[in-house]
Amino acid sequence: MAKPERLAVIGNGMAGVACVEQVLRHQRKFQITIFGDETHVNYNRILLSSVLAGERNVDEITINDWDWYRSNGIELRAGVRVVGIDSQAKALTGDDGSVTEFDKLIIATGSSPFVPPIDGVDKDGVFTFRNLDDTRGLLERSRPGAKAVVIGGGLLGLEAARGLQVQGCDVSVVHLADWLMERQLDAAGGRYLAHKMENLGVRVLCGANTARLRGNGRVEGVELRDGRVLDADLVVVAAGIRPNAAIGKTAGLEVRRGIVVDDFLRTSHPDIFAVGECVEHRGQLFGLVAPLIEQGKVLAATLAGAETAAFEASVPAAKLKIMGVDVFSAGDVRDDQEGVECVRYEDPALGIYKKLVLRDNRLQGVVLVGDAADSRRYADWLKTGEDLSAQRRSLLFPEPLGDGGLDVAQMPNAETVCGCNGVSKGDIIEAIHAKGVNTLAQLKECTRAATGCGSCTGLCESLLKAVAPEFEEESKKVLCGCVPFSQEQLREIIRTQRLKSVQEVLDVYGNGFGCQTCKPALSYLVDVIWCGDHAEDRSARFINDRVHANIQNDGTFSVVPRMRGGVTSPAELRKIADVAEKYQVRMVKVTGSQRLDLLGVKKEDLPKIWAELGMPSGQAYTKGVRMVKTCVGTDFCRFGTQNSIDTGIELERRLENLYTPHKFKMAVVGCPRNCAEATVKDVGLIGQEGSWQVVVGGAAGKGVRKADLLITVETTPQALEAAELFFQYYRENANYLERSYDFVERLGMEKVRKETVYAPEGKQQALLERLRKSKERSYDAWLERDRPSDPTQFVQIQPLEQPMPQEATA
Amino acid sequence: MKWLRVTQVENIPVRQGRVVRFGSLELAIFNLGGAFRAVESRCPHKQGPLADGIVAGDDIICPLHNWRISLDSGFVKQPKEHAETCVKSFPCRVEQGVVMVAIPEDVLREAAA
Repeated sequence: MAKPERLAVIGNGMAGVACVEQVLRHQRKFQITIFGDETHVNYNRILLSSVLAGERNVDEITINDWDWYRSNGIELRAGVRVVGIDSQAKALTGDDGSVTEFDKLIIATGSSPFVPPIDGVDKDGVFTFRNLDDTRGLLERSRPGAKAVVIGGGLLGLEAARGLQVQGCDVSVVHLADWLMERQLDAAGGRYLAHKMENLGVRVLCGANTARLRGNGRVEGVELRDGRVLDADLVVVAAGIRPNAAIGKTAGLEVRRGIVVDDFLRTSHPDIFAVGECVEHRGQLFGLVAPLIEQGKVLAATLAGAETAAFEASVPAAKLKIMGVDVFSAGDVRDDQEGVECVRYEDPALGIYKKLVLRDNRLQGVVLVGDAADSRRYADWLKTGEDLSAQRRSLLFPEPLGDGGLDVAQMPNAETVCGCNGVSKGDIIEAIHAKGVNTLAQLKECTRAATGCGSCTGLCESLLKAVAPEFEEESKKVLCGCVPFSQEQLREIIRTQRLKSVQEVLDVYGNGFGCQTCKPALSYLVDVIWCGDHAEDRSARFINDRVHANIQNDGTFSVVPRMRGGVTSPAELRKIADVAEKYQVRMVKVTGSQRLDLLGVKKEDLPKIWAELGMPSGQAYTKGVRMVKTCVGTDFCRFGTQNSIDTGIELERRLENLYTPHKFKMAVVGCPRNCAEATVKDVGLIGQEGSWQVVVGGAAGKGVRKADLLITVETTPQALEAAELFFQYYRENANYLERSYDFVERLGMEKVRKETVYAPEGKQQALLERLRKSKERSYDAWLERDRPSDPTQFVQIQPLEQPMPQEATA
Repeated sequence: MKWLRVTQVENIPVRQGRVVRFGSLELAIFNLGGAFRAVESRCPHKQGPLADGIVAGDDIICPLHNWRISLDSGFVKQPKEHAETCVKSFPCRVEQGVVMVAIPEDVLREAAA
């Protein structure tokens, strides 16, 4: 058997390795060596910004780990830089002095950041943003309050800005052109984007020309041509990229701006090929991932001798998520030329901007900012160049439902769905068939599709809908018109964009105002997602959660102190009686929750009453942990089999003071006679001889629902832990105002069990850890009597000036 | 119209309201982030305390039954069938860190009576 041909690849980046992956799929086998000047395995460069933003660690952006190289028999020469190519002898020289012969060679050296010749650009603290080392350097330098200036308002610059801002830096973007991303956007689109970024706290200076960088050795400031000076502890230069084409010259290849290739990625030497950002094809350079993957496929086929269709650069199109804002741009977006028509849609409140540029009723260019849901349709129109006369009335409105399936069906299996993680339609279909994937969440876990920028989420859902037998559509219902996203999407937005206050979410993703529907819901979401480490904004909470009492129909309030497990004492009862008399409460009422309610209290009296009671808040006014009802259990009852009182009190202590999607009521009973009605509670513990049944999702309200069995366990600590697991899972996954009984019906008990008590150990520990974190930051709300959230939280303001009686009557 | 000094700006947190009394006149004063608004304190529906509502842009939502009232005009915006109903609204301004409210003389007379 003949020895396989030797294939050398210079460059261990996305384009080179994606091409090698394709080469491996062909019959013709090579002995492959990859040279990479970074010491890391191949990683997803697109996701560097998420490493900078702290959303992912380095391992999570690895595309191919060492095992992949090994199992495919690929030699990876990491950290070796190729310094020369001898195209006659067909050999490479490395900077380690090694000489490697090849039969075929792929040059995939990518590109380097372009650093303009600005005075002072060599100072310490000046970075580019291109690879892992840059990212690590930036992470080391960034700290809360540090002043960061990003030079360049293109895609990379904006991603760097966002990452630094999430690290707590005070960020300014200095951009030479008159608007951001001037190649992809028009002036108005650029303004919309700039506005969103400023809402996020990033300063944007357009039309700003950098004169020099100040500082003595270490950078201290950026001086602009107009004389303005920005303080800077660190500077990122993101002024564009240049192909790494110099290596091509050492081989005597034709090099213009990039290494010149033909439609089959062949250079001017018959055994040398080039792919990726280092190439120039028909005068065009490349910077986005999709055409690079396409090039890799064509080149792999060329190498295998299975010549396929020529590489044809499609209309330049970019679909991006910049600082959480969807941006899509394709074709020629200039609208100031003869013979073009422009169709526009703007919603300044929601920050949505759409523009279509038409010529002779055919789409020539498109810009979408803030909503890129229809980008595929526009990309198709651009590609086909179809006459749009018939659609002229609905160009900017979504396609009628029903066509989605057709669209996905027509997509070839090899086409990439998720560009960030390189997942094709075929991969997704395989996951659905072979691994029983039915939901978007499962698909993400299994294939990593839609876990990058998320712009392919809709497409993934369409595929699931078309192919998965039991696809469960995740709720499409938007929270409200002020912030038109589903709660599922909002959770993701808050988490990935690191939004810590209600107002930030409203400013960036909503109309900036909010209302009584979305504000309390967002308050809940930021609290639970950040485990209480969020920026609490009382103005976004319902009045009950500002004064920690339940507003009554006459504007007075009710006071329900916590009586854990429904157990009280003569001393407590005496204090309650004293307070009730002293403040002349209108009624003292035994509640349905084994506690006492003092009704008809004035707001100003609340802190005094709490102090005199000396009891903690019973949270009877909020969507939070209400109570644990108990029976007397083994302490007194002749039928009792478990210690329900102590267990109930412990359960209440573990969960009290936490917010929940809706009110959360529990009960613990010592025997199956169920005297405290545990079977109709959100969580119930039912004692029996030698074990506990933990039941969830019970209801005795508008409807009656018997709780479902979560698990039966032997010991009390196990029962408490099972309750905690369910409690935290419900907190994290239910929609705001969704009671546990609706939640378990929506998800099904099988899933609930799999995600809680039968979840892998690591997942359980993570749930309990987040619960512990939230609990650590929680406190008895009634302690605000001594530390009010604002000086007039409970105080009746006395005006500085009263009209004089004579003036008033004059 | 008489301008009255009410309270220091910081006593009314951003996007919240507080009640202030002038004789029998009870006002709800709101901080809309620098700009202040004053309206009668009770909702025309069931006398809900408007100062305890959630601020939605330039509107206030009554905490009892979610009536939505414009803080600029005082008119009810929701429910729509009550769009002709309104509460009185009063001009506000800030002077040297103090919120000021302008109350017509006849309203003051009535409040003192």
